[in-house]
Amino acid sequence: MAEEVKKIKVTIDNITIDVPMGTTILQAARMIGGDVVPPAMCYYSKLQGSGGKCRTCLVEVSKGSEADPRPMPKLVASCRTGVMDGMEVKNMTSPRVEDARNGVVEFLLLNHPLDCPICDQAGECHLQDLGYEHGKEGTRYEFKRRTFDKHDLGPYIQLHMTRCILCYRCVYTADQLTDKRVHGVLSRGDHSEIATHIEKSLDNNFIGNVIDVCPVGALTDKTFRFKNRVWFTKPMSAHRDCKCCSGKVTLWQRGEDVLRVTARKDQWGEVEEWICNECRFEKKNTADWIIEGPTQVNRHSVISQGHYEHVLKPTETFSAVHGGRKPKLLMDIHSVSEVNDPSVDLSLINGSATGEVFNHPTKTQE
Amino acid sequence: MLKFSDNKLKEVKKIIDRYPQGKQKSALIPLLHMAQSEFGGWLSPESMDYIASLLTIDPIEVYEVATFYSMYNLQPVGKHVFEVCQTGPCMLNGSDNIINYIKTKLNIGVGETTEDGLFTLKTVECLGACGYAPMMQLGDHYREHLTKEKVDAIIEECRGKE
Amino acid sequence: MAKKVLLEKAHIKGIRAYDVYKAQGGYASVEKALKMDPAAIVEEVKKSGLRGRGGAGFPTGMKWSFLAKPEGVPRYLVCNADESEPGTFKDRYLMEFLPHLLIEGLIVSSFALGSNSTYIYIRGEYAWIVNILEQAIEEAKQHGYLGKNILNTGFDCEIYVQRGAGAYICGEETALIESLEGKRGNPRIKPPFPAIKGLWDCPTVVNNVETIAAVVPIINMGGEEYAKIGVGRSTGTKLLSACGNINKPGVYEIDMTISVEEFIFSDEYCGGIPNGKRLKACIPGGSSVPILPANLLLKTAKGETRYMNYESLSDGGFATGSMMGSGGFIVLDEDQCIVRHTMSLARFYRHESCGQCSPCREGTGWMEKILTKIENGKGQSSDIDLLWDIQRKIEGNTICPLGDAAAWPVAAAIRHFRDEFEWHVNNPSLCLTENYGLAHYADELSIVS
Ligand SMILES: Cc1cc2nc3c(=O)[nH]c(=O)nc-3n(C[C@H](O)[C@H](O)[C@H](O)COP(=O)(O)O)c2cc1C
Ligand code: SF4
Ligand code: SF4
Ligand code: FES
Ligand code: FES
Repeated sequence: MAEEVKKIKVTIDNITIDVPMGTTILQAARMIGGDVVPPAMCYYSKLQGSGGKCRTCLVEVSKGSEADPRPMPKLVASCRTGVMDGMEVKNMTSPRVEDARNGVVEFLLLNHPLDCPICDQAGECHLQDLGYEHGKEGTRYEFKRRTFDKHDLGPYIQLHMTRCILCYRCVYTADQLTDKRVHGVLSRGDHSEIATHIEKSLDNNFIGNVIDVCPVGALTDKTFRFKNRVWFTKPMSAHRDCKCCSGKVTLWQRGEDVLRVTARKDQWGEVEEWICNECRFEKKNTADWIIEGPTQVNRHSVISQGHYEHVLKPTETFSAVHGGRKPKLLMDIHSVSEVNDPSVDLSLINGSATGEVFNHPTKTQE
Repeated sequence: MLKFSDNKLKEVKKIIDRYPQGKQKSALIPLLHMAQSEFGGWLSPESMDYIASLLTIDPIEVYEVATFYSMYNLQPVGKHVFEVCQTGPCMLNGSDNIINYIKTKLNIGVGETTEDGLFTLKTVECLGACGYAPMMQLGDHYREHLTKEKVDAIIEECRGKE
Repeated sequence: MAKKVLLEKAHIKGIRAYDVYKAQGGYASVEKALKMDPAAIVEEVKKSGLRGRGGAGFPTGMKWSFLAKPEGVPRYLVCNADESEPGTFKDRYLMEFLPHLLIEGLIVSSFALGSNSTYIYIRGEYAWIVNILEQAIEEAKQHGYLGKNILNTGFDCEIYVQRGAGAYICGEETALIESLEGKRGNPRIKPPFPAIKGLWDCPTVVNNVETIAAVVPIINMGGEEYAKIGVGRSTGTKLLSACGNINKPGVYEIDMTISVEEFIFSDEYCGGIPNGKRLKACIPGGSSVPILPANLLLKTAKGETRYMNYESLSDGGFATGSMMGSGGFIVLDEDQCIVRHTMSLARFYRHESCGQCSPCREGTGWMEKILTKIENGKGQSSDIDLLWDIQRKIEGNTICPLGDAAAWPVAAAIRHFRDEFEWHVNNPSLCLTENYGLAHYADELSIVS
């Protein structure tokens, strides 16, 4: 018989909850839910060792524990800090946290191309969500954004390194789901990049999951690229009998076409069950699947701006969607990003849109 | 196919033996140093794959490490690499002038190699010789208290080795 | 003449070789310590008040007593010889001249901690020192101080030298451990701390070269006797590496009772500033610690003489003080430009960031770009405020202290030399050909009590 795990008390933003010993602050906050949950861009509960890197989940520990009530001097990464009995944590209620988090968001966006209009992740991008919540209008960065050499990862997965926030999730995924990792983080500091060093394709049968764990549009599904905007597609829960995985997926349909297949995600945007490449990339006919019905989409996501059944009515105001909080426009992307020049017809670009293309609008890539 | 000599392979074994069973990956950094000096002063993908096979680890684990550390050259370099320190304390003692002098003298920029393949100029960050500035690393040794005259002499010395 | 307990014999001819070192009383501490109970050695180190010489100044005895000792799990001692903090070159000196002192200290410390395999992680560029150390290890082994059953005590110990490959971050103890495991030098997220889960997940102590060397005199003379050297909580002697604009750059052993002024100007130490120039500023403890203008360096804000010890150097906190750090003492004369120097340090930290966490990865590069812009006469006065805000958002929010180390030099430069930054901004062409000079930075300050 499993031993009873000791329960301890933790208070986050004045809400107290009992959690099992060994719970992290972030997990405890997720148990409470709502606004006390810090954003997490690198932590992934299903990936061992993840977290601690992006620093978006920093919180203030105003009381260490019942036994040692001293506050922690520095803000801590809630995803990697265990709760202690009697601990008191401030997330939404701490001006220090807000200040630091705004800083972190600014750092994450510093070299980000802000090419959302042409990014396949737009609409389900966690950085976009984060930017809406914490971003400032306009950028204070006036230097050229970082660019990288292009790497080809094979027929299924498209890498846009400029969008990567180096959360390491895809590296842990490859480490923990496949038997031989071929991509990783290369170089150091602000030159760090996700790559394979010598061109190799990522083709392990479970490697497609890196697309789902990627919080931004750095890893996207090549079989879906530019087919459509996420918010015009209709997510449907479906399953099939699969020999290698659970076969439980979300189909992204337009009309009767299956444009994309992804794993199902929970309310924190995490994959519920990993799926295999065959389900993800090869089964693009409705006939391949047993459709269960429309997927409920978390209302905090930008995707939920679309017109799904059972979800939001388009008449709802933005602030209502955001739980009463005023949405802050991140920044006017037209004015800060060279790749969003409104005079360029995006539909004419058939490759990835980089500053290059926009400087020579007639030239198309690839 | 690249391969270490039998003598070097004995050395490899000795290095691996420093670590507990199964922790042979710890030998990666020493082995990459060895590969760089044995196989032409830089780490080609082939030499990195060879090291991966010696340690029975995935090649990506080698690439990740090789690209992290600044002493590994991932491109071919000249026979003599001048690595001149440019950090604060050296700068206070005129490292900028030394770097400029080498640039004009050898007619190359930072990161470049002379046409004859003899010299490469690199700028590096503090090498722990700040009291003996300006300085550069040349192979396994430091050249300190650099002056233009000393740089001239070092260049002659290298040419003399041909 | 200040008391020397580390470098006293550094200049004896042939001291690098075992025979000479032994004849000078070497390895006496091993003979003594191996007859003691390991816990008693830890006790002596506690009594000595020795504080880590790697930069943080954490009490060594206390660190040793935190080491977990689970049954059947090996414990490791790792010596941090990565020495890459700009301005710091003391460990190199010690290893080059007195390799046996380090080996002796390592044997005693390994015994105290129960480490049977001890590693010296040395920065990759110190290639020739690897040979010196391996030679010393070989000699110690031949004479029965290393290997199996040392001095018939049943204690086995091997020391291995591991070379790094160019990465300042590998001086941070968990990055060092990762590197020693053959990985990228990414600092680990703590907790767990190395004392619980370190090298290969075993309990590990990481100590600086000088810290380990100091264990030798502590055992020889006893912790209490050692604690009598120095002042207050700054016990023992400290190695300082002095560089920049001074007549006699080099490594000095001080007993922490001398004043900063004496250290810079007396002939026994730095010997003053060359060419009759005046002192403008100084970074007293390696590039990461706050820079101080001459007036605040020589005297504290209270108008008291500043001394070369942990407490006095940090008197006034970051507002008006600095830190002992790693003992890298960098002196700037009146001709030096603070903006340019700060820019070069910012470049260093950008280059050395491991890139794991966003504030450091992105913030260090941003600061370098802005400083370069100001230095090149292209800055605006809002850039100075922006720099301040960036460093503030890095500090304290990163995985490891490299973020802080990158933020502090920028913060201190703006805090104390803001008008020099403004001068650059307001004189965009003049600042390309001329320096702001000494300005008022050596003027007597009005005393705040
Ligand atoms: C970025 C960074 C670089 C460091 N570099 C060194 C170093 O080169 N040598 C060193 O002894 N300690 C260095 N340290 C401190 C070590 O993390 C660690 O505190 C020290 O080795 C402990 O030894 P001690 O207690 O004997 O001082 C560094 C710390 C940081 C954060
Ligand atoms: S590619 Fe995506 S998942 Fe991988 S590190 Fe970058 S942001 Fe994270
Ligand atoms: S603070 Fe810098 S060096 Fe330290 S872990 Fe973060 S990115 Fe790496
Ligand atoms: S989610 Fe916690 S640091 Fe990234
Ligand atoms: S600054 Fe050049 S060696 Fe330290």
